[in-house]
Amino acid sequence: MEFGYSEEQKMLDESIRRFVNSEIPLDRIRELVLEGTGFDQAIWSGLAELGVLGVLIPEEFGGAGMGFLDATIIQESLGYVVAPAPFLGTSIMAPTAILTAGSDDQKNKWLPEIAAGNLKIGLGLSEVTGIRENAGVSFNGGKASGKAMFVIDGECADGYILAAGKDTLVWVTAGAAGLTKTKLNTVDNTRGVVELVLDGVEAELIGTQGGEAAAVQKTIDAGRTALAADLLGTSQRMLERAVEYAKERKQFNRVIASFQGLKHTCATMAADLEPCRAMVWYAAHCQQEIADEATLLACQVKSHLSEVSTPIANDTTLVHGGMGFTDLMGLHFWFKRIGLSRQLLGSPEAVREEAAVLQGWIAA
Amino acid sequence: MDLSYGKEYDVYREEVRAFIKEHGHKSPDSSKQGNKPDAEDKAWQKLLIERGYAARIIPKEYGGYGGEADLLKSVIIDEEFDGAGVSKGLGGQGISMLVPTLLELGTDEQKEKWIEPTLMGEIFWAQGYSEPGAGSDLASLQTKAHVEDGKFVINGQKIWTSSAHFADMMFILVRTEPDAPKHKGISYLLLPMDTPGIEIRPLVTMTGEATFNEVFFEDVKVPTDQIVANRGEGWMVANATLKHERGMLGDPRQSSSLLHQVIELMNEESVNGVKLMDSPIFRDRLLKLQGRVMAMQYNSMRLLTNDLSGNVELMPILVVKLIGTHLNQDICGLAIDALGELGVLYDDSKYLRNSGMWQTRYMFMLGLIIGGGTSHIQKNIISEHGLGMPREPKPQKTA
Repeated sequence: MEFGYSEEQKMLDESIRRFVNSEIPLDRIRELVLEGTGFDQAIWSGLAELGVLGVLIPEEFGGAGMGFLDATIIQESLGYVVAPAPFLGTSIMAPTAILTAGSDDQKNKWLPEIAAGNLKIGLGLSEVTGIRENAGVSFNGGKASGKAMFVIDGECADGYILAAGKDTLVWVTAGAAGLTKTKLNTVDNTRGVVELVLDGVEAELIGTQGGEAAAVQKTIDAGRTALAADLLGTSQRMLERAVEYAKERKQFNRVIASFQGLKHTCATMAADLEPCRAMVWYAAHCQQEIADEATLLACQVKSHLSEVSTPIANDTTLVHGGMGFTDLMGLHFWFKRIGLSRQLLGSPEAVREEAAVLQGWIAA
Repeated sequence: MDLSYGKEYDVYREEVRAFIKEHGHKSPDSSKQGNKPDAEDKAWQKLLIERGYAARIIPKEYGGYGGEADLLKSVIIDEEFDGAGVSKGLGGQGISMLVPTLLELGTDEQKEKWIEPTLMGEIFWAQGYSEPGAGSDLASLQTKAHVEDGKFVINGQKIWTSSAHFADMMFILVRTEPDAPKHKGISYLLLPMDTPGIEIRPLVTMTGEATFNEVFFEDVKVPTDQIVANRGEGWMVANATLKHERGMLGDPRQSSSLLHQVIELMNEESVNGVKLMDSPIFRDRLLKLQGRVMAMQYNSMRLLTNDLSGNVELMPILVVKLIGTHLNQDICGLAIDALGELGVLYDDSKYLRNSGMWQTRYMFMLGLIIGGGTSHIQKNIISEHGLGMPREPKPQKTA
């Protein structure tokens, strides 16, 4: 019985934390959100040098050959500093899709480039979890048409993996003829979310047409679990900042951290968040080792972390009083990242409904 | 990550299952609590001790099984007995708190005299700690004892005393050194409940049951050798005892079991001809609770790993009581709301569902949210010990 990080994972955790804390300070975030691409070459190159971009990619394809828990360790740290880095799409979701559905040629073509940091991939699966604005992509005779909204990490991407319906995955190269990319400005400018409109764009099937429902689901599960890890990191940092600030700020001749009302607010945040840590570990473990539970855990960890994180976003801001509401503290970057993560790949309510179907509580 | 307990333990689990299969029918109703052990309880307890499923690590010479401490075996026993709805043997504060305390701090004579009959259900203990003026701040207790003719003479009052109305004995904290600092003036005594001068008044709770009592002491005389450790060391002794209590409140296995009962309920009951599970509103509440239960289950796995490896992490321990007890009450609350007007039926009413357990449990859970350190106290502990926030400053003395 050993539920938790291995020695290697503790070292990975330490090295990625050291990297994000030294290389991605708040001042840098401020500059990068103005660009709003969800990408910075220096950060990305640094992650490539650490060898973590290929975390899920087997060594034979130039990756690190690590596991899903390693991937969530990295994602948590990126969330902790609200890093503008397309890791979720490129290093977690895309390799999951390619490894599950792709041909050997496709694996050889894409995976080593991902691991090296030369290929960034946006993921368009939003229409599988919820269709809005009549969006949706169709694929016929090597051409894709339609609209994909909320493409994760799409702004900086060199190519896209899109769902055409719930059972087909296609690759589209950035800048292809007939492809129009529009940035969707969300509250969270640490991530570059886009809309793609496709008018007979040349596209490459990943796997078979109509035969990849399991790969689509697995990719969504991976994305949701990683978003939960990102929320864990984001919320953990907010909680820490609330406690740090409360220990410094004085009113009525005492630090405000000595007021019970404030202590209880912080204790509530900590008590709600702490069990989430083990839940993320278990969900990550399931993605790789316990196929029967992978989808249910992905649904529940994503929705539970969202429910825990939203009050932390509010209450941490509240603990800072008026200053929390200003741009000066920079807390709003974390607040907004939580806001986006909560909705990506399905709101808590939508995702829980999937969990109900999955457990046979209601018909699909 | 390795979630298996290992081969040796798989074998052990099979042994436990075989035992339950063969003997489980002799188990007393596992929900039966709050009564003096009867012959059935005692026979079951004896069998469990013989097989090492109760009093596992209590030495044989004191009536225990005499096994090595083995956390995973204890966990397997809990999992299998709870899962099968079979009693894990006698409970009560004598077995859970006094016995470990005597083993640690009692004299040989005390161990010989008290441990075996306590384990076998021959002696049932009440705990005399809380007082009307000493709840969360237990060390400020005021029940006094002075020595007269070789005996402690106790005067004062205790409250929240479970089982005092049928207990044979009490372990009690009294102030014997009034001039010492408050933590250094307390002693830990053992006394028979039929000693003259003790008056017990049942304390009826909101559930309608009287599981607690107020106990009054008027010149109650206890021989001076009926003390554990020395005079003035009672606070230390009590803390040795309290540490054995940790983790009993907010156990996620209970949350999981309650959740499954609500799932069953929502699949069986209908309103306006629509199954409760088909109501998106109740269903979403259920799913939210499921997420919270899962988080606590995996937190438990983390704590188990820590206990096995000797790793110490405070925060995942500190949150269990606060989160677990509220979670359990929320689960009962969903069952009541889903039942609607049927959910408020009580006692032996017509149309009662699940023997009325949801209302009883809902209120009982509030008792657990309060007992063992209220949620406010838990939050103080989490913020001070977990987050390093300062204590509330002491009020300034006014002239």
